[in-house]
Amino acid sequence: MGGDAERRAVITGIGVRAPGGVGTEAFWRLLVSGRTATRTMSLIDPAPFRSRVAAEIDFDPAAEGLSPEQAATYDRATQLALAATREAVASSGLDTGRQDPARVGVSIGTAVGCTASLDQDYQRVSDFGSHWLVDHTATVAQVFDYFVPSSIGRDVAWEAGAEGPVTVISTGCTSGLDAVGYGAGLVRDGRADVVVCGATDAPISPITVACFDAIKATSANNGDPAHASRPFDRNRDGFVLGEGAAVFVIEELAAAYRRGARVYAEVRGFATRSNAYHMTGLTRHGREMAEAIRAAMRQARRDGADLDYINAHGSGTRQNDRHETAAFKRSLGRRAYEVPVSSIKSMIGHSLGAIGSLELAACALAIEYGVIPPTANYEEPDPECDLDYVPNTAREQRVDTVLSVGSGFGGFQSAAVLCRPPAKAVAP
Amino acid sequence: MTVTAGPAVEGADGRRTGPARAVVTGVGVVAPNGIGTAEFWAATLAARSGIGLLQRFDASAYPVCVGGEVLDFDDAALLSQRLLPQTDRMTRYALAAADWALADAGLDPAGLGEYDLGVLTAGACGGFEFGQRELQKLWGTGPERVSSYQSFAWFYAVNTGQISIRHGLRGHTSVFVSEQAGALDAAADTARLLRTGTLRAALTGGFDAPLCPWGLVVQLPGGLLSTSRDPERAYLPFDADAAGYAAGEGGALLVVEREDTALRRNAAGIYGRIAGHASTFDPRPGSGRPPALAGAIRGALREARTDPADIDVVFADALGVPDRDREEAAALAEVFGPAAVPVTAPKTLTGRLYAGGAALDMATALLSMRDSVIPPTAGTRAPAPGPGIDLVLGEPRETPVRNALVVARGAGGFNSAIVLSRYVRSPHHRAVTRPA
Repeated sequence: MGGDAERRAVITGIGVRAPGGVGTEAFWRLLVSGRTATRTMSLIDPAPFRSRVAAEIDFDPAAEGLSPEQAATYDRATQLALAATREAVASSGLDTGRQDPARVGVSIGTAVGCTASLDQDYQRVSDFGSHWLVDHTATVAQVFDYFVPSSIGRDVAWEAGAEGPVTVISTGCTSGLDAVGYGAGLVRDGRADVVVCGATDAPISPITVACFDAIKATSANNGDPAHASRPFDRNRDGFVLGEGAAVFVIEELAAAYRRGARVYAEVRGFATRSNAYHMTGLTRHGREMAEAIRAAMRQARRDGADLDYINAHGSGTRQNDRHETAAFKRSLGRRAYEVPVSSIKSMIGHSLGAIGSLELAACALAIEYGVIPPTANYEEPDPECDLDYVPNTAREQRVDTVLSVGSGFGGFQSAAVLCRPPAKAVAP
Repeated sequence: MTVTAGPAVEGADGRRTGPARAVVTGVGVVAPNGIGTAEFWAATLAARSGIGLLQRFDASAYPVCVGGEVLDFDDAALLSQRLLPQTDRMTRYALAAADWALADAGLDPAGLGEYDLGVLTAGACGGFEFGQRELQKLWGTGPERVSSYQSFAWFYAVNTGQISIRHGLRGHTSVFVSEQAGALDAAADTARLLRTGTLRAALTGGFDAPLCPWGLVVQLPGGLLSTSRDPERAYLPFDADAAGYAAGEGGALLVVEREDTALRRNAAGIYGRIAGHASTFDPRPGSGRPPALAGAIRGALREARTDPADIDVVFADALGVPDRDREEAAALAEVFGPAAVPVTAPKTLTGRLYAGGAALDMATALLSMRDSVIPPTAGTRAPAPGPGIDLVLGEPRETPVRNALVVARGAGGFNSAIVLSRYVRSPHHRAVTRPA
């Protein structure tokens, strides 16, 4: 890479469906307000569970333009992805009908796919767990789409008119970073000119709530749901399960400028490493995440001094927040103490595979608006987490270079670097 | 992977050369007709099928009762007591295959840098039997009975994570989910990461094992599974009597390395190299335009800088559904000319393995290259009318295989194609010699 032939991947469209309001604007308003969208779980009956708080979307399929059939048969993760895709494509101003479809790709991340619909199907075919040889006559026609979450990629491809490379990336809770990293790579490598990429998850279903209960990963702060997600705070007690989708239109920089597109940010660096340690556990040293950060910064040709903001994974589990604090120090040295770090999971919860893309959306908007979203519910410092976590109040500040990181079950550690796009004058 | 110029590689003689090539040095297989590469390959050449009446559960009440089960896999001998309760069947297969592929390559991960080795797998449906069991606990008894391993044993990323932990692989890891097509995309991304220097070696491939009661039932409404109760007639791609496919379980993993890394450590053998890849997506229904499969094949050939005439065998997707078989035959005829290249589908001996299918086809293609023999398509007898293809039937066909094309299509419209080429040492590596 290098020289005149270098292709650069930039974000020209953003679509968001997140707890707290419909669309990208509502998402950003929530984040800069420092208000939280966590509440007592209402999508399912919370009574049987240890953790009964969640960050839910008040999602109205009809208002989103989905047909009654789509609303009835598509998994909620697919519906969120389609709504976010429509907003992203519309906001990009790209006329997809005029693109060569073979040059349009899709890369969508999801951690648990259509699990919620599978859970419902299971209840029907097994008569609530009463037999192992389930009843095939009780299943629904669309169940194969739930069985293979690649169906989400298909539906986004159809929505976007994509006939180039299409894939679903499922790397647990780093899916949303990894799918965008892969999508930007398609543009940089010249395998596509436009990539619709992002991530979706709608995991608030009994089986998923139960599986996190089983390992006490989620917060049991049921008495105070609005303040249950407490990243980096000394009294944090686990993450708050959320749902959402964020989708981007990513294009090659020169082509984006040629058509007069609004360019939000450049995806300049991405790297992922694995801790090879434990399927759900994290080390204290954060060495592998530090390596991912260094590799992503190297690819972006940026160093710690350039960083204006770090969007943390900040899930609010005991182990995560100290793990990544250690990783920031290990990769950035003294600079880690100077760069503002915040976790928007304090406000919109942890939507598993989707959150990495939602966080990248927040990063792109931080560059666009010159505001750093805060870490809400931050009250009591933890001696093991001693960085500047932007407590409770958004900070106005020019933002040119942002690092966003994620950790996932399976050991995945990913990092992405977004930068303010270059002035049009220098574009070819 | 001609499009991304990676960092120049220093050849063994010190000259700087072009981007590194991705070579396959190890293979690990778990398939319904053979556990381990040798057993699988012998069965494949002898046309011994792993498709039978389902035995693991009583499927007699279901409209489909045939499939390719892995019946003699000895979990307890291959995996520790600690791993058994936390793994679905498909993860156990993947862990065994990873062990075997690394042993076959003679690759000791400790011999490379900490972040030099990665894992890129494909998964289509996750640890489904594990999921059914935990859902039964959840709904039959209560949430407090759900396993503390459910949070990862069902999800699509589990095999990559478990393999990474087992062998201490800390480099780039990923998981591709595009039904049957994902394993080719994973292998191609592996080759790109090797080329750009992000990795020096990786395990890539895929496994699935959805043959439990609920795993079978969720596949029924699609109407693509054969309802034949005769295992020999349940999967007949390209046949006039084709009426769906048999589902199977298993898959394969490959060790892929940079050529310079493999030569420097005197790798015991190189099966071949990953030469080119492309993937496309079919137009949405109602567009009136043809499927995009031919575009994927052309793209893979272009990236491999290989002419259609130099492809010696095509491992077809071979869905066994008449209109889809016709589409595939038409795409092959469009690129290669009518009946111009031998086409085979040894997956007729295993059933379709979801994410494992294309991974196993890559392994089979490499073995085919090594031994200069094309394994036959079983079952199919009377080719369906339509675009002509030279389907290898009956006996294995002995012929040199310089370049093989593997085609995979995923439900919904995913098309992926990869070119594997016989390994010929790059000129700049001639200074490296292997021990006599």
